[in-house]
Amino acid sequence: MPNELKPVKVSEIVKDVTQSFDSGVASNWYSNLMEFLSGSKSFYALLVLTGIIVFVSSFTTLNALNIGYRHAYNVTREIPWGILISTYIFFVVTSTGLCIVSSIGHVFGIKDFMPIAKRAVFLSIVTITAGFTVIFFEIENPFRMALYNVISPGLTSNIWWMGTLYGAYMFFMAVEYVFLLLNKHSIAMYAGLSGLLTGLAAHSNLGAIFGMLHAREFWYGPYLPIYFIVSALASGCAAIIIFTYLGYKVNNERMDRPMERAMEVVAKLGALMVAVLIFFNVWKIITGLVAGPGKQEAIAAMLSGPYAFNFWFFEFFLGMLLPFALFLYSKGKNIQMMFLASVLMTIGIFIMRYDLVVIGQIVPSFHELGVNEYQGLLGYRPSFYEIMVVIAGMGIVALTFLMGERVFKGHKSEIH
Amino acid sequence: MKQHNLDINNLQKDEKDTVSTMERREFLKMGLVITGVFAGGTIFSAVSNMNKVFASPEEAAAKYPYKPHYSMALRQDRCIDCERCMDACIITNNVPEYGYRTRILQKDTPDAIGQKTEFIPMLCNQCNNPPCVRACPTKATYKHKTNGIVMMEYKKCIGCKTCVVACPYNARYFNEEKHAIDKCNFCYDTRLSKGEKLTACAAACPAGVRIFGDLSDPDSDVYKLIHQIEKPVWVLRPEVGAKPNVFYMKG
Repeated sequence: MPNELKPVKVSEIVKDVTQSFDSGVASNWYSNLMEFLSGSKSFYALLVLTGIIVFVSSFTTLNALNIGYRHAYNVTREIPWGILISTYIFFVVTSTGLCIVSSIGHVFGIKDFMPIAKRAVFLSIVTITAGFTVIFFEIENPFRMALYNVISPGLTSNIWWMGTLYGAYMFFMAVEYVFLLLNKHSIAMYAGLSGLLTGLAAHSNLGAIFGMLHAREFWYGPYLPIYFIVSALASGCAAIIIFTYLGYKVNNERMDRPMERAMEVVAKLGALMVAVLIFFNVWKIITGLVAGPGKQEAIAAMLSGPYAFNFWFFEFFLGMLLPFALFLYSKGKNIQMMFLASVLMTIGIFIMRYDLVVIGQIVPSFHELGVNEYQGLLGYRPSFYEIMVVIAGMGIVALTFLMGERVFKGHKSEIH
Repeated sequence: MKQHNLDINNLQKDEKDTVSTMERREFLKMGLVITGVFAGGTIFSAVSNMNKVFASPEEAAAKYPYKPHYSMALRQDRCIDCERCMDACIITNNVPEYGYRTRILQKDTPDAIGQKTEFIPMLCNQCNNPPCVRACPTKATYKHKTNGIVMMEYKKCIGCKTCVVACPYNARYFNEEKHAIDKCNFCYDTRLSKGEKLTACAAACPAGVRIFGDLSDPDSDVYKLIHQIEKPVWVLRPEVGAKPNVFYMKG
């Protein structure tokens, strides 16, 4: 009877498709879904909470679109870039950092780094998605961007290069992750290498957006494109420790020996990068003290003016000094201490991005002209809507991270 | 040169901490007097270039990259802040109340002898090396091929505001109605392309502050004002290297 044969045929096709994947991903997906539905109550409570945060903040943000950014955001003609630009940078820095750190194991074959690679690749896609979401609400005409980036490319523009390269980067990272899931490691490795190269190029271009604005003394120079790569590595190390620690909490599991070892080497690399960041900052300050008046005023605002608390407390103490001490003191063994160090560092780095963007604009263009209109420094405070966009970005990362932990079963790596 | 000497006298009465900037400005003016006269075509570089001496004004004019090379000289000591230029600009170019294409800045020098207030008109400097054009990801802003005006193609603007940050002269703002960055284009679409010879602001100025014309035409007023040695000519923020086409002078 044909009616009886039909279901058999379908199941055979399913079986064929399933077998076509080396590790039977299709059936894995089914069991993944089952596993996703079998999590603990606190997991679902967290999931619902982050879901609500994303939902509420997204809808509030859509309202900003409706009322117009000029009314919704506190950016001005004089300070057109605010917390949305800095948050975008924060997310893509984290993404690039996750990509670089994951590549150490996955692309370059350093065994100690391998256990973190899968989660890092997944999170690099998550964080860049959050970054793109934030920039979507920053740029006035994002849909025009998709069109004219292609048909009218401004090849001298760092924004063009950054946008295009980050697009390619996101594609390569997604390909890498898919092939990691399929256990096709050599293809994943090449995708990872391509992702690493485009990510590095994109990220230094992001620094160059600022570094090549010769009317802005605080930013101008080769410092930022280089600094961005270093700070990406620092961010990436912190992000991996945070998310791996939380991932094991979410899954209620204990780290095995290779993972503990991976955390140890990531913490050491993180500590080294913090030291390099301190070195970078010291020279930025010292050279800034003998720079032109525009840069001197900006540096003074950072060291002893309106941004001194941000700099000394958040950037220097929370973002660099304390994490460095905690990383050293933990000896790479005390995972709670390393987690704390990473959280503090990430908070510090978030403020670091904010200061970098805002302080570069507080000295007015005509400050030196001595006109009445531009005697003092300019000010900026993020608006409610701007903060909601930031929260939406954070919420997307949290929600996708939680879902990823369950769906992809704690990103366990098959390579050992 | 009377005005010039007067400035130096004021300078001696200035506060200590302002002397250095004033001195620098004076030095710069002197440098520009020299380059302004002898450098001919290189004046827009606003950098001392004594070695390049042109035989004739015609030869100097030939060195300008655009024809007509639109330029504006602002005789700032004549400005009385009547703001008719701003009104004319708003009406001609449909500028919204939250933005401006040109404005007048005020500078008070309480310690000065005699006149204590100066008015400094400001607009897009139509730079030869415009940082905004370099930074635009979609070529929405570009140099006009024949006349050198920094133009906007509104439909291509994605609103990333990089050009706003890149501009050394705070000449750009986001126009909600146009959904794009808006800026001064020397009234190209509203006047020049329709056969008018002057920008709206230059035509409206009752005090002869804004002298608009072709810097490559030896017969134009702007050419004559820039290529003389009696009065100092300077540009704003020369250190940026944007090579502006808006010049400032007194007297």
